Amino acid sequence: MPPPMKQCEYSQITTQTSSPMESPKKKRIPRRKWEVFPGRNRFYCDGRIMMARQTGVFYLTMVLIVVTSGLFFAFDCPYLAVNITPAIPVIAAILFFFVMGTLLRTSFSDPGVLPRATQDEATDLERQIDVTNGSGSAGGYRSPPRTKEVTINGQMVKLKYCFTCKIFRPPRASHCSLCDNCVERFDHHCPWVGNCVGKRNYRYFYMFILSLSFLTVFIFAFVITHVILRSQMTGFLNALKDSPARYPLLFSVVCFFSVWSILGLSGFHTYLISSNQTTNEDIKGSWSSKRGKDNYNPYSYGNIFTNCCAALCGPLPPSLVDRRGVLQPDLPQSVAPSNGITTYGATHSQSNMCDQDQCIQSTKFVLQAAATPLLQSEPSLTSEEPTLPGKMTISPACTTLGLGQPTPPSSTLNLTADPVVMDAMPLKDGREGHHFLTPDEAPSPPGMLTPGTPISHSHTMHILNAVAQDSMHEDSVRGLVKLSSV
Amino acid sequence: MAEVHNLQELQQNAALATKIFIQRDYTGGILCQFQTKFPPELESRVERQYFEETVKTLNSYYTEAEKIGGSSYLEGCLACVTAYVIFMCMETRYEKVLKKIAKYVQEQNEKIYAPRGLLLTDPIERGLRVIEVSIFEDRCSSGSSSGDSTTSSYSGR
Repeated sequence: MPPPMKQCEYSQITTQTSSPMESPKKKRIPRRKWEVFPGRNRFYCDGRIMMARQTGVFYLTMVLIVVTSGLFFAFDCPYLAVNITPAIPVIAAILFFFVMGTLLRTSFSDPGVLPRATQDEATDLERQIDVTNGSGSAGGYRSPPRTKEVTINGQMVKLKYCFTCKIFRPPRASHCSLCDNCVERFDHHCPWVGNCVGKRNYRYFYMFILSLSFLTVFIFAFVITHVILRSQMTGFLNALKDSPARYPLLFSVVCFFSVWSILGLSGFHTYLISSNQTTNEDIKGSWSSKRGKDNYNPYSYGNIFTNCCAALCGPLPPSLVDRRGVLQPDLPQSVAPSNGITTYGATHSQSNMCDQDQCIQSTKFVLQAAATPLLQSEPSLTSEEPTLPGKMTISPACTTLGLGQPTPPSSTLNLTADPVVMDAMPLKDGREGHHFLTPDEAPSPPGMLTPGTPISHSHTMHILNAVAQDSMHEDSVRGLVKLSSV
Repeated sequence: MAEVHNLQELQQNAALATKIFIQRDYTGGILCQFQTKFPPELESRVERQYFEETVKTLNSYYTEAEKIGGSSYLEGCLACVTAYVIFMCMETRYEKVLKKIAKYVQEQNEKIYAPRGLLLTDPIERGLRVIEVSIFEDRCSSGSSSGDSTTSSYSGR
C-alpha cells in the first residue's frame, strides 16, 4: 500500500477531540457552527447570543420597562427621596438592574435546544422503527405516527418521533414551531422575551417575571404614595394641576393594569414550579386527574419545597448545541469536493431540507459526472471516481429522505446501494478508500481537520472543477444556506 | 480482530464499519442516564463487564453532575443574587463534570476500546441523547484480504 493512503486515512478517521486540531483551522477563516444552525434562530456576537427570529416584541418589552422605570426615576424619585427616604431610588435601581439582567439572560441564552440527529443516528433509528413496525407499515402512503413508550417513575409516557430533528423527543421536550427546534423541558415560546422558555432559561424567566412583578408593585405603590402626599399638601385637584404630579397619576393607572397581569403570571409560574410542571403540560392537562385516576406527574419530587429548589437552584444544565464550535471542513460528504467552504458548512447541517437538497445535488453531480467523464485530467484517478462519492452520498441521503414518505422501505435502499459501492472497493487504491470513508465518517466527533485533509480536498476539487458544475453547486449551496437560514 | 493497536493505529489502519447507539434510559426521570443493556453487536468485540462498567461509570458521572444538593443550591443562590451575571465568568459544576467525562471517555478509548477496534463518542457531542460506539474493521492487519473483509462487513449489515 502506498504511503499517501495512510496519510489520507489518518486524516479521515481521527478520533481525538478538537483541541489538538485547533491550530491548522486558524489558517482559514473559522466558520462557526451557529452559521449553519438548522433552526430558525438569530445569533449575535459570533454565536454567543441566541434568540428567536422575531424579536420585535422583545424590544417593545425592553422599551416599556425602561420608559416606565425612567419616568419613575425622573418624576417620582426626587420627591420621594427628599420627603420619605433616599432608599427608595436605590431599591428601585437594584430591582431595575435585576429585571434587566434576568430579561437579557432569558432572551440571550439557549433555552435547551436539542441538536438534530446525525445522519448515522437517524438511519439507525429508522432501522429500529422498521423492525418494530414490521415491513407492512412502510408501504402505506403515510407512515403511522411514531411513538415509543417509556415508563418514568411508574407513569407511562409516550415519546413522539420528531420528523424534523429525526429523534424521539425526550420526555418533556417539544418542538417549537417558531424556532424549529426541539427544546428540552419546553415551557412555551415567549415573544415578550424573544426566545423559547425551556430547561436552560426557565429559572431566568421565572426570576425575571418575579422581579418584574416586584418592580411594578414597588413603582405602583410609591407613585400612589407620591400622589397622596402631594394631595395632602395642596389638595387633590391642585395636585393634579401641578405638572410633576400629573404624570404619576397617569402612570399609576398604567401600572394598575400591568400589575395584575404580571402578578398573575408570576403566580401561575410559582404554581407550576411548585408542582414541577411546564406551561405546556399544564395547558394540555397531561397530568391532570381528569385524564384518569392514577394519572400523576412523574417528575414531581413530591413536595413543594424540593420542587422549587430543583427548578430554581438545581444544577444548570449545559448547552447541547455547540454554537461556537468550529466547523470541520472535511466532515461533509462527497458533494464537497467540487466546492469551497460554503459547501462544507451547508452539508454539515442535518436538516430535512439539507438531506433532500443533498440528494438532489448529488444526483445532479452523478449525472454531470457521467456526462463528462473526461473532465478529470489527473492520471492517478480512475474515471469512475467522481461518480462514486456521488453514489455514496445518495444512499444515506435518500435513506433519510425516505422517512415518512412514499418511498420503498429504506433498508432495501441501503442494501442495494451498499454492495454497488463495495464491489468497486477492491479495485481502488488508497485515495478512493479515503472517499469511501467520508460519508460514514461525517458525523463522528468534531475536530477532525488535520493538515493533510484540506490539501487532498482541494486536490480533488481542482480535478473535478468543471465550470458548469461548480457554478451549479454554488448556486444550489447558496440557496441551501439561504433556505436553512430563512 | 483482537490484535492490539493503539488509538492512532486504529485511526490509520481501520475502516469504519458501523455504528451502534446506546439510548437514554428514562425510567428514573429525565436525568441523564444511559441504558446499561449490553448491545448484541458488541458480543464478539468486547467483554461484557468492561462495557457495562464504562456505561455505569458514565451514568454515575451524570448523576453527580445533576445531583440536587448543598453545592448546587449554593451555586444557584449565588448566581441568582448576582442576577446570573456570574455565569459569564464562572464554570458551572455540570461543566466541570463534563470535562471529567470527556477525559474518562478518552482514557477508556485508549485503554479498552481502541485495541478492540471500537470507539466511544462523548455523549455531549451527540446532545446527551446517545452513546455512539463506532465499530472499525481492521484492514491492514489482515493483509491482502483486507478488501474482502470490508466488503463482507458492509454487505452483511
